[in-house]
Amino acid sequence: MTAPRYVYAIGRAFDPAGLDGLIGIDGAEVHRIAHRDLVAVVSAAPSDEAALRARLERLDELAVVAEAHHAVVAAAATQTVVVPFRLATIYRDEHRVHELLRERYEEFEALLDRLAGTVEVGIKLYVADRSPAQATPSASGRAYLQQLSQRHRRRDEEWRHAAAAVERVDTALNAYALDRNHHRPQPAQLSGAAGDNVLNAAYLVPTERFTDFTELARRLARDDPALRVEVTGPWAPYSFAAPENGDRS
Amino acid sequence: MTDPNPWLTSQRSGSNLADVLERVLDKGLVIAGDIKICLLDIELLTIKIRLLVASVDKAKAMGIDWWEHDPSLSSRHQRQLPAQGERLSDQLGTPEPAKEVPS
Repeated sequence: MTAPRYVYAIGRAFDPAGLDGLIGIDGAEVHRIAHRDLVAVVSAAPSDEAALRARLERLDELAVVAEAHHAVVAAAATQTVVVPFRLATIYRDEHRVHELLRERYEEFEALLDRLAGTVEVGIKLYVADRSPAQATPSASGRAYLQQLSQRHRRRDEEWRHAAAAVERVDTALNAYALDRNHHRPQPAQLSGAAGDNVLNAAYLVPTERFTDFTELARRLARDDPALRVEVTGPWAPYSFAAPENGDRS
Repeated sequence: MTDPNPWLTSQRSGSNLADVLERVLDKGLVIAGDIKICLLDIELLTIKIRLLVASVDKAKAMGIDWWEHDPSLSSRHQRQLPAQGERLSDQLGTPEPAKEVPS
């Protein structure tokens, strides 16, 4: 076959029935390309490369493609251990995907060994913006300046407190996890979340400890009234897909 | 408590588009495929979302409605939006609304 192939992930071989009816990007049917005990999870790629590139420059289109990519990766992760690929990894044809599996067999095996039996958990911590933003307009300029300086001091204290709290939670979670990777804090404009995102981290945890881990995260955050926690997952191990990604790799 | 298969028993709750984008664009294994497609940096995406807000219905359909909860934007976002075709680099220099302006 000569049609280009979009690769979502590679994983250990699993029952092909597990992907029955799964639809990927642009409504293409998802299938597997196998080599020994490895499989690549693929679908026919959009044939117009320039059009795809242009689409990924548009946020609304990008969101659709990203969600489709993610849905296939998540579905595969329920079937077997996977290494998720970065968005838009495309090969000329099935033969080239075969070559990839053959040439990098050892590397993929090592990655899959490391990730087998694990899930990624996303933990975000927020601190509320508690100080009133504006000083009360008051009679004297001096009183106004005093108010302002008190407010700055209080804010500094709040930030120092938040930094210590984040450190405490992150350290405790890291001790419980197999690996950790800090993402950039999300700007509120992108996430729509309330408060300032002060920690945006992914932790790799043994699958059977997923619930314990998320409960620990919630408990640690509850200890501090200034913190709000958001737990996401389980995720396929996106944040630990490359050997150099994790803190401890 | 053990959880033999969190994929089946857990709700994938709380994850937003930003969570998905930062994983599929910034994480995941990078393999040089046969076809090279450059992806946008996620910081640049923040800027692009601002531009996208011009199309409110589209953004709402994607679950992005933060401006509705932001009083400094909900009344002003229409005229704060730059004209179509304005360079993205100009937008990078646009300051956030000041938070501590004496009134």
